[in-house]
Formats: sequence, structure tokens, C-alpha cells
Amino acid sequence: MDYVIEMLNIRKEFPGIVANNNVNLQVKPGEIHALLGENGAGKSTLMNVLFGLYQPEQGEIKVKGETVNITNPNVANELGIGMVHQHFMLVDTFTVTENIILGMEPTKKGTVNVAKAEKEVKEISERYGLKVDPSAKIQDISVGMQQRVEILKTLYRGADILIFDEPTAVLTPQEISELMDIMGTLVKEGKSIILITHKLKEIMEVCDRCTVIRKGEGIGTVNVADTSTNELASLMVGREVSFETEKRPAEPKDDVLTIQNLQVKDARQINMVKGLNLQVRAGEIVGIAGVDGNGQSELIEAIAGLRNVESGSITLNGKEITNLSPRKVTESGVAHIPQDRHKYGLVLDFPIGENMVLQTYYQQPYSKKGVLRYKEIYKKAKSLIEEFDVRTPNEYTLARSLSGGNQQKAIIGRELDRSPDLLIAAQPTRGLDVGAIEFIHQRLIEARDSGKAVLLLSFELDEIMNVSDRIAVMFDGQVVANVLPHETTEQELGLLMAGSKRKVGEQ
Amino acid sequence: MESNRLYNLLVPIISVLLGLLFGAIIMLLFGYNPITGYVALWNGAFGDLYFAGETIVKVTPYILSGLAVAFAFRTGLFNIGVEGQVFVGWLASVWVGTALQLPMIIHLPLAILAAAVAGGLWGFVPGFLKAKFGVHEVIVSIMMNYIALYTCNAIIRNVLTDSADKTDRIAETASLSSPWLTELTFSRLHYGILIALLGAFLMWFILEKTTKGYELRSVGFNQHASQYAGMNVKSNIVLSFIISGGFAGVAGAMQGLGTFQFMSVHSGFTNIGFDGIAVALLGGNTAIGSVLAAFLFGTLKVGALNMPSAGVPEELVDIVVALIIFFVASGYIIRWVLNRMQKEGK
Repeated sequence: MDYVIEMLNIRKEFPGIVANNNVNLQVKPGEIHALLGENGAGKSTLMNVLFGLYQPEQGEIKVKGETVNITNPNVANELGIGMVHQHFMLVDTFTVTENIILGMEPTKKGTVNVAKAEKEVKEISERYGLKVDPSAKIQDISVGMQQRVEILKTLYRGADILIFDEPTAVLTPQEISELMDIMGTLVKEGKSIILITHKLKEIMEVCDRCTVIRKGEGIGTVNVADTSTNELASLMVGREVSFETEKRPAEPKDDVLTIQNLQVKDARQINMVKGLNLQVRAGEIVGIAGVDGNGQSELIEAIAGLRNVESGSITLNGKEITNLSPRKVTESGVAHIPQDRHKYGLVLDFPIGENMVLQTYYQQPYSKKGVLRYKEIYKKAKSLIEEFDVRTPNEYTLARSLSGGNQQKAIIGRELDRSPDLLIAAQPTRGLDVGAIEFIHQRLIEARDSGKAVLLLSFELDEIMNVSDRIAVMFDGQVVANVLPHETTEQELGLLMAGSKRKVGEQ
Repeated sequence: MESNRLYNLLVPIISVLLGLLFGAIIMLLFGYNPITGYVALWNGAFGDLYFAGETIVKVTPYILSGLAVAFAFRTGLFNIGVEGQVFVGWLASVWVGTALQLPMIIHLPLAILAAAVAGGLWGFVPGFLKAKFGVHEVIVSIMMNYIALYTCNAIIRNVLTDSADKTDRIAETASLSSPWLTELTFSRLHYGILIALLGAFLMWFILEKTTKGYELRSVGFNQHASQYAGMNVKSNIVLSFIISGGFAGVAGAMQGLGTFQFMSVHSGFTNIGFDGIAVALLGGNTAIGSVLAAFLFGTLKVGALNMPSAGVPEELVDIVVALIIFFVASGYIIRWVLNRMQKEGK
């Protein structure tokens, strides 16, 4: 037996779109096999075919050498294929054991034999080094632990081929490294793993081989030992990708945004921004670095008019915008890419076209005397979709059905189209793949070059270091240091973010 | 996309057919002939001009109360207070209709407007409390129903009359009825149906075509994004409830200015408002859907009155209506079956 899983020449179509074409995936026993592709490339479709949720139009699937017809997930389970979903499927108020046995409870005289199940769960947990407490309730354990419960669930059902669907998206760095160890243990114990991801670092770290899909087409399989992140990235995106964002030195001009002595409270009435001062000039990108929860969100909401300012002042081009309504702030020249694009950035149940005029629908030419002019709205939407390479069947598609990267491109297109003086970009690349990240960074730099002031908030130090012209480090509601990216290191930033003072004379 | 539209049409139709089918089974179980029962129902609704006229009389307020519920639903709100808004609208229209002496061209529009304003004010209360203090609109609007019922009764007894249990008839100049329609059908048919259809057009136009409708729909789907985009979420919630209440108030005017020409003291609810919830649900919360659903409800309710002539108890029709709503509410099951059939057909 050379391969535990062989998917040969798979083709899967949906109305109007070919999601998979000519895709081959061969997984050797005992390996960690990465499935790499951009958002929307067809990774999930392929795995849903393997898991029996979709039937392929063409192609052959072999499990342990035998051709099989996986018509539904139960068949997949019986073949020993288990899936660890990105969004956990757990009952919060049940214990770990109860969740694991759900649907196949061992019984004793008609009652659930929890004791027996608990013992079994404990055994499996210890064998694979998962360290899960079988009697803890799901609502009381961390996200990382919940993920382990999902892993246990598949193991309890006898899976020896495990599919991990972007497992690190929800984890902290610490939890990620623990998960990597667990995956190592699993393959040592004879399991095979398929890891769906678009994070190249993870592939280089733990995977043996990597199969790449691009726009639904199978591109090929490479040995991870023989490749590099650069090669993987260009295979995935289909062109050379630069990790170092190229840009000319900034030529800052006048102050656009000036914040003085700002105080902002959060929803719990706790002071989160405590006398903050900040300037952003036209033609520069100021990056805000800081550990999450040090007042960054409150700062941005205060500028955008979404949160009340207690005291202090925010001025834009010398004009006071403190405590103006969000509409007034927008009209005075502020554009805002919000942190949470689903909650704030888009009305997901509107067509993407109608989302393009979310702040401007009441203005000419999108409406006249209170009546919408759909022709103009969709004309604008169409041109923005083309200009910002938003991949969508058409402008009438619901925003909900676009991939995260394309939703974000749509938001950026909409915000830049108003030609604002100040662009606030809050975590603009969260959850996106390298291709989309590169695109968005370029657009931010273009905005800067055209003389806009850009305020970038990110928790990714790479992004802060690469894109910003100046870094403002936030700690405990204040800007504690202003540093230049080429004069600092990630280590120094890390220390500043943790609150340690800069030594005198270092600057 | 296309198959979606097909489903939206198929699901209510199948729901109705299943409701009728199960109604037939129940009639059979109790030893009645379902065919003669349904024939009597049909005749009772459309058998001659009189019945057809009475059916339309029944349909008219249903359209408007359905629109009221649907409008609020579309903006993310559950207006369960339509019943009370119907009451105050009815009373306001009759009040204007009896108390004033004006030429028809002013009197009739004024009476309808009064009903809309009264319903809108009644809707304003839950809307305002929700926007300002976050009080759940369902609780407030249910309570407003009782306040409306007993306030209207008190006003009829103590203000509009001297302890009588109904008001005077409204003036001819405020009436929606027409001698021509009455002579044609001998029923209580009045011009209100035109106003109801105009209302449906108005709802469609407001929601789909105006910037205010864009805001209302946006707030209904996602309050956070609406706030981010600079819309005033609170004022939109209040406005939505006022418009919704306005539709309900006009439904009351249909009773006051059309069907009855007066208002009597009520011992309980009319159910026009509560049935409006089912109408809106069956109509998928759209204007045209509410019109069609109201026609179905009106037909069933009026036709039912004729079913005892075929020996079938009237109560059975209530069971059939309930079954139809049941199947619509469980439309998910029908969707699932349709999906399944489509998959296997491939």
C-alpha cells in the first residue's frame, strides 16, 4: 500500500463555476500532507468531496488502495476518515466526554454508560498526549482545548486519516506550537494527516509534502524539504510574491490627523484610552503596534465617531471632529476599514453592489430626491469590482457568499473611492492569504503615495514593520513610543508593547 | 439564484396544498366528504357575486395588517401590536367620520389619515422604548394591544356615546362604500381594496426604491454596519414602527369606513392583527406576497361560513387554516424534501 488516500483527476462543478478540476491528491501513510491554496481556491470543496458531502462529476477516490464511493459522511467515517472542522461542532453545556460520544453513546441497560466512555476518552487522550480533562464542560475550557476535543472525537470514532481544516486560525501562538506537537504524536502513532492551510510557515514547520491548488486546478505536489516559502507562495498565487513590501520612502506633508490628550471609555465604562497623543501626516503610514486590549479598538472607534470621547480633541486638517456622528466624520474625509468586516464592514445579506454605496447611497448620483438609482449604484459597483479585482460572479451576488479576501477588497475599494484625507485600516489583512495580503498592502501604499494619511492598526508585527513609515507603540491607553521601522527590531517592539520604557540614549 | 426564486414560489404553494390535503384526511376521518366540503368552501367564497364581495371585504384589512407585520419584519422588528394599532385606527377613523362635516374630497382622506396617524402613534411607543431603552418590542406591543382594546371601549361608551355599545354611523362623506358596488353584489363590498393594494405598492416602493427604505433594510440586517455607515439606527427603529403602525391603523379604517361604518364595543380582539402575522409569514414578508396570502386567508375564512351547508363543521376550516400555517412555518421540511429530490434526480 503506497497511499492511504488517493484522489485522482477530481472534477467538481457548481452551477456556473468549476470548483475543482483535474486535482490529484495522494497521501502516504504516516505523513502530514498539506493542502495549500488561496481563499476560494477549492480546498474545502476537495475535502468535502473526500468527506462525502459533495459527489464529484469526474475522478476516482481510493482509500487504502481500494476504489470507494463516498456518498455521505457516514461512509467516510466508516473508512476511517475524520474531519476536525474550523468551526467547532460542540455542545457548550455538555462535558468533553458527552460531546465525544454524542451520536454513538455506549449504553448499559438503556442508560448512557458515562463511566466507561470517560475511561476510554481518557485512554485515547493520554495515548496521543492531548491532556484533555474528560469531565470538564466545554464552556469552561479554552479554544485550544476545544479543538483537542474535536480531535478526540475523530479518534474515538476510529479515524486514522485526519483532516484539519485551517486549525490554527483560531489559536494563540502558544496553542499553535502545542498543536504542532500533537500532530507529530499522531503521525508517530500511525495516523495520516491532511492539513488545509494557507499559512506557509506552518507547512515548512510540520509537513512532509504539500499539494497546491490554484483557482480550482491541481498544480502539483512538492516535498516540503526541497522547497521554500517563496516557491510555495508563487505556486499558490501563480506569480512571484514579495514578502518585503516594496515602497519608496515616505514624503510626509502637513498634519492630517491630530489627537491630543484623548480619553475614551469602553462599553464597561472603564478608561481604555488615557490621554493619548498622536499625529498622522499626509503621505505617511503610521502603524499602531500593541498587544490587543490596550485601547487600540477604542481609539479607532473614537476617531470614526462610533464611540464617545470623554475628553481631549481629535482634529482633521485642523477642523475639530471630536464626538461628531459617524456620518459627519465620514463626510469630513475619513475612510475606515473596520476590524470586523462581517459585523461592521458589510451588510452580508445585501448584494455586494448595494454594499458599495453603504455610506454614499443618499448622495447624487446614487439617489435623487430620496429615490435610489440602482442603475448608477450598480454601475459604480461594477467598476469598483473590476478595479479592485473582487472575485464575484456578478455585482448582484450577496456579500455573504464572497470569500473573506474578496469581501475585504470590496471594502477597501469602497473606502478609497471616496478619496478620503485619512484612511483608517484596522487589521486589514486578518485571515487573508498571501496574495490578498500583498494586494491590500500595495493599495495602502498607493493611497499613501497619492497623499493620503494612513493609520494602520495591526497585531502582526511583520505587517507593522513592513508597511508603516512610522510606528506608534500603544500600551495601556497611551502611545508610549514613536519609532521608525528601520531603526528598530521586532524584539525591541515586543518589549515596548509589554510596557518597558525605552532606555535613554538609544534613539 | 433562479432555483432560489423557484423555491420561494414553490414552498408556499406546496404548503397550501399539503394543508388542504391534510384537511381532507381529517374530514374523511370524521366521516365527512372532503370533496363536497371543499366545493362548499369554494362556493362560499366565490359562488356568486355576494360571496365574492364578502370575500374581498375580508381580504382588505388582512392585506394591510399583513403589510404592517411584514414591514416591521423586513427591518428586523417584530410588531405583534398590529391588533391594537388596528383598534386605534378604527376608532380614529370613525371619530373623524362621525364628528366632522366636510366635503368628501377632504373628509374621506382625513379619516384615513387619522387612522394612519393613530396607528403610527400606537406603534411609536414600542419603537421608541426599544430604541431609547432597549425594551423588547414584543412585550411592549402585546401590552399596547390590551391598552388599545379597553381604551377604545371606554371612549366609545363614555366619550363618543352616552353608554351605548356602538358609535353612530359615519357621515356619507367619510364612507368608502358605494351604492354602485352594493347594488352589484348586495354585499358590503367597498373601495377599501383599492386602498389596500395602494398600500402594498407603497410598502414595496418605500423599501425597495427609496434611500429611507435602503436604511431600514440595512438596519434590519445589520445594526452595527448601519451605524458604521452613518445611519441613525435608533431613529430608523422608531420610524419603522411608526410606518408599520400606520399600515395597521389604515386596516382599522377599512373596518370603520368600509365594512361596518361604525365601531362597536369589543369584548375581545378582532384577530385582524394576529392573522396579519400569518399573512406576512405566508407572503414571505414581501408586499405582493402579503396581498396573495391575504386573499388566501380571506377566501378560507369566508368560504368556511358555507361549509356547514355541506354538513362539515365550520371548525374544520380553522383546522385547515392552522395546518396551512403549520406547513408554511415548517417550510424548511419542504425545502429539504425538494433538495433531496433534486439531488436524486441528478
